[in-house]
Amino acid sequence: MQPFSAFNLFRRALGGHTSWQAQWRQPSLKSEYDVVIIGAGGHGLATAYYLAKEHGVRNVAVIERGWLGGGNTGRNTTIIRSNYLFDESAALYDHAVKLWEGLSQGINYNVMYSARGVLMLAHTVHDVQSAQRHIHANRLNGVDNEWLSPEECREFCPPLNIAKNIRYPVMGGALQRRGGTARHDAVAWGFARAADALGVDIIQNCEVTAIRRNAAGAVEAVETTKGTVRTKKVGVVTAGHTSVVMGMAGVRMPLESFPLQALVSEPVKPAFPCVVMSNTIHAYISQSDKGEMVIGAGTDVYPSYSQRGALHIAEHTLDAICELFPMFRRMRMLRNWGGIVDVTPDRSPILSKTPVPGLYVNCGWGTGGFKATPGSGNVFAHTIARDEPHPINAPFSLDRFRDGFLIDEAAAAAVAH
Amino acid sequence: MLIINCPYCGARPEVEFRHAGEAHVARPAGTESLTDEEVVDRLYFRSNPKGMTVERWRHVHGCGRFFNAVRDTVSDFFVTTYKTGEPKPDLEALKAGAAK
Ligand SMILES: Cc1cc2nc3c(=O)[nH]c(=O)nc-3n(C[C@H](O)[C@H](O)[C@H](O)COP(=O)(O)OP(=O)(O)OC[C@H]3O[C@@H](n4cnc5c(N)ncnc54)[C@H](O)[C@@H]3O)c2cc1C
Ligand SMILES: [Zn+2]
Repeated sequence: MQPFSAFNLFRRALGGHTSWQAQWRQPSLKSEYDVVIIGAGGHGLATAYYLAKEHGVRNVAVIERGWLGGGNTGRNTTIIRSNYLFDESAALYDHAVKLWEGLSQGINYNVMYSARGVLMLAHTVHDVQSAQRHIHANRLNGVDNEWLSPEECREFCPPLNIAKNIRYPVMGGALQRRGGTARHDAVAWGFARAADALGVDIIQNCEVTAIRRNAAGAVEAVETTKGTVRTKKVGVVTAGHTSVVMGMAGVRMPLESFPLQALVSEPVKPAFPCVVMSNTIHAYISQSDKGEMVIGAGTDVYPSYSQRGALHIAEHTLDAICELFPMFRRMRMLRNWGGIVDVTPDRSPILSKTPVPGLYVNCGWGTGGFKATPGSGNVFAHTIARDEPHPINAPFSLDRFRDGFLIDEAAAAAVAH
Repeated sequence: MLIINCPYCGARPEVEFRHAGEAHVARPAGTESLTDEEVVDRLYFRSNPKGMTVERWRHVHGCGRFFNAVRDTVSDFFVTTYKTGEPKPDLEALKAGAAK
């Protein structure tokens, strides 16, 4: 791998930048691997990277039916924060934030992690109480989160309208200063490049069509559109398609898949300094480094694999954006798109062993898993390599539903982004 | 926005309805002798199919009644809707019909 550095940039500039190698190989599928990861989104690629880097497991394939990073990883609004209510969640998401802080150096790829602060608005008395409860719980867990008055909110985010007579007046906000954004594509590309350099084969345009189990019930192979691959360990990291892929091994999941959409505006000069979220009225906004306003909406109300959201859902979000930020009222939107998010009953993810020996699953991130990408890959790699969960993901097991240990961020937040 | 055919009121826009989860998830009889797995499967586990799904809807901003629908989750096309209490349609037959 050619490392990125100021010196290398200068040296290759002299040659007109013609001597850079491809970022990753295009290997052909081998007939056997120690571990097969299904799904080359951020979580699958990070899992492969940490398997190779921290556990010395390098004979790994990441099999992707489309192109790497083309799923939710490349479709999300990139909000990163760790101010979740419950201890288990705070530990998981804060593990990820700590990894984000050193990730660009660690994988020698600029993922543009920008801790510009995430401000979550409160519009009702209930919102205020819930935000305060989160702030206290977060502080006990060593996670930063602070309360801002409406005036302080506007100081932190000058475009914000804090007039008292609007439909959803701002009654204050919870600010996590360590929260922010990262460049979604760079996260997929950076992990792909770093994993590839450690020997991981990333196989694109290859769909897994079956998971074969031996007489004892354990995983023995996966069938793909490019042939059969023998393996004793399979990690399923397929987001919205998890029920479909787990069904290939005969395992039912506590999941439903919903379309979630986002849209971006025409690019403008720097105008928006932070990330603002409003769970109550479903509006999430930040400005990308290209200048576009990146806006996230809510999910559709029925499960679907259609990968595009309904128009009235986007309209609802834009109503809220225009009221909270009147200066965007005449701004034109350039593109909108959808992803398919896999939602669990308690809105917490599943990183777990399964009833099938050798089959592991990392899913259920729903509307909010981008923020967890490095942490998720890190603990899931541990789970696969050691055949037992890392202490951080042990509570996020599939068994928690049977045992009644839900991690109910759904009740805590109503929406998890 | 989808147009949904309420079996009582006819075709109406999606915003009048509320989705109410997978249909025909029956509570098994003999609660006292069920295993944990059987209880949890009914509570939380769903088939979540890519393709034909059978689901409950409620016409909240209309007649207020629940009914069932068969929908293709890839295209969101409603294959049919029917009244609560009527049997689950034969999906294989519907698929064959839809393919024509
Ligand atoms: C519009 C939108 C906005 C969002 N905003 C945020 C946000 O602001 N903050 C946040 O934290 N999260 C957000 N999320 C959620 C976040 O995007 C996801 O939780 C996260 O990216 C999931 O990553 P992943 O690697 O698990 O899945 P993906 O990136 O979806 O990767 C799964 C991969 O599996 C592949 N696959 C599926 N089936 C097969 C098969 N049979 N064989 C081979 N490959 C297969 C798919 O092609 C896909 O590439 C948002 C999501 C959406 C859709
Ligand atoms: Zn009706």
